[in-house]
Amino acid sequence: MNRRIIEENVFRFLMIASLCIVIGSLVIIFGLVAVNGISSLSIEMVTKTPSPDNPLGGGILNAIVGSLLLALPATCFASIIGIGIALYLQSDFLHPGISNFIRFMLDVLWGVPSIVYGIFCFTIMIYLGMGASILVGMVALTLLEVPIITRCMDEAIKMVPIGLKEGAYSLGSTKFETAVRVVQKQAFPGILAGILLGLGRGIGDAASILFTAGFSNRIPTSIFDSTAALPTMIFNLFSLPSGQPKAYAAAFILLVIVVIISVCSRLLTRKFRQNVIK
Amino acid sequence: MDKRKLRDLIGTKLMLMVVLFISSIFFLIFILLFYKSTLVLERTSIIDVLFSSTWNPDYGQFGLAPVIVGTMLVTGIALIIAIPISLLSAIYIAEYAPKRIRRILRPFIDVLAGVPSVVYGLCAFLILVPLVKEVIAPWFGVQSTGLCIFTAAIALSVMVFPIIISLCIESFDAIPIALKEASLSVGATKWETIKKVVFRASAPSVIAAILLGFGRAFGETIAVNMVIGNMFNQIPSSLFQPGQTLASLIASKYGELMSIPLHESALMLVALILFVVVLLFNLAGLLILRRAKKRWKY
Repeated sequence: MNRRIIEENVFRFLMIASLCIVIGSLVIIFGLVAVNGISSLSIEMVTKTPSPDNPLGGGILNAIVGSLLLALPATCFASIIGIGIALYLQSDFLHPGISNFIRFMLDVLWGVPSIVYGIFCFTIMIYLGMGASILVGMVALTLLEVPIITRCMDEAIKMVPIGLKEGAYSLGSTKFETAVRVVQKQAFPGILAGILLGLGRGIGDAASILFTAGFSNRIPTSIFDSTAALPTMIFNLFSLPSGQPKAYAAAFILLVIVVIISVCSRLLTRKFRQNVIK
Repeated sequence: MDKRKLRDLIGTKLMLMVVLFISSIFFLIFILLFYKSTLVLERTSIIDVLFSSTWNPDYGQFGLAPVIVGTMLVTGIALIIAIPISLLSAIYIAEYAPKRIRRILRPFIDVLAGVPSVVYGLCAFLILVPLVKEVIAPWFGVQSTGLCIFTAAIALSVMVFPIIISLCIESFDAIPIALKEASLSVGATKWETIKKVVFRASAPSVIAAILLGFGRAFGETIAVNMVIGNMFNQIPSSLFQPGQTLASLIASKYGELMSIPLHESALMLVALILFVVVLLFNLAGLLILRRAKKRWKY
């Protein structure tokens, strides 16, 4: 009897210890970026591009614009593709065996390192005779985000009660109408959470856009221009001696964006959950 | 009526098209990488590439052994550190922690799961590298620059924490409370209930969480590239030596040498290895899940 209680206490202690390790290390990261980032942040940093002769001077406006131009369209495309796939994976459309096979492929694609998407798009880009540009970077990010967004949407759609669908069918609606009007509405909070998760991943990923979007110190004017993005900017700055203050400022802005996305995801999911039929 | 049928037809076919599109991407990536890496495989056998450690592009030698060893060490150590710590924390948050603390911790962990890897890399470079150089390596009686396999592994394990924790909490929460109550009511302690009931009931999701963590650690490019020291000529003899991983090798080599076809082909082979390993691990996960389901009868 005693031994069991000792075991209980030992494990409880271990749990608290490991939770402290986790929280401690993560607080250190946040604190480090926030303290150093805020101290090197200025109005100039977010309103100016790097000065042409000195990459350490000026601001990082080009990277902020570049990140948004890459991640927002990519997330839009990925969401459109993702919702199509996720709705089609229901048993109304596909044999469960086939959908499970596709789910497995999506899981593999989710696990594939983003650099593989980068190298894949880079090869196709060279083959088509294009240069590093927003367009190619956007395609790479879209491919990266599709499996993430689709799997999240799929999990949400799986939860839709079958009675709801049957109700729609018995009123005479077609499969497509049921999927788009009924299932989509019921699963909307989960779908939205998936999209925002994909956006967060896309905006923070550096490996896939390292070769495909290139790097530039100017604000891009067309989708065939190469561009810097916040993650690639941090990666570039970090290798320069004394580039760290600026890297911290970029990291801080990136972190703020990610936190905003996460908070939005929480608030919006809560708001749209009101429309869900229980 | 006709219009609705038409819309149904078009909509369904469009959805089928995107499904086919994503399936074709899966195979296209594999085929393209394979096709591109045949150039190297024609000149040297796969055994040579995997087990030789000379990297000499001028002579067409692309030994990946040091990189593969580096990848296994970094991923392995990162997971050995991350799995127990994240599982224990997840259990604490899901089962023991008071409601108030949970409410603060869960969004916090979710935010952390989304922190970009560059940020982890930057922090690791500024905190862990000096720490390993000044404190940990001398502790073990070794000299080190701090840019080494050990540093990369620690950085990765911190990166993997929130991913595993957040998924595990979700699966622990999904267990029907009656299962736990049954176990507690026959006199099991809380830990015994967790060990015998909670873990088994949530095994599939826990395995999936670990697989996702593995994928993140195995494929992480930028953060590793920043702190591992990027050395790929010899098999690392200690954890405090610089090394290289497969994913990070591509990032550090591709920019400079894409003009040489043979070299490009070698890097494509590296990407192919990454793809195939992820595929194999997912397959293994699937098989384990199937066995677990049979044995514990969900």
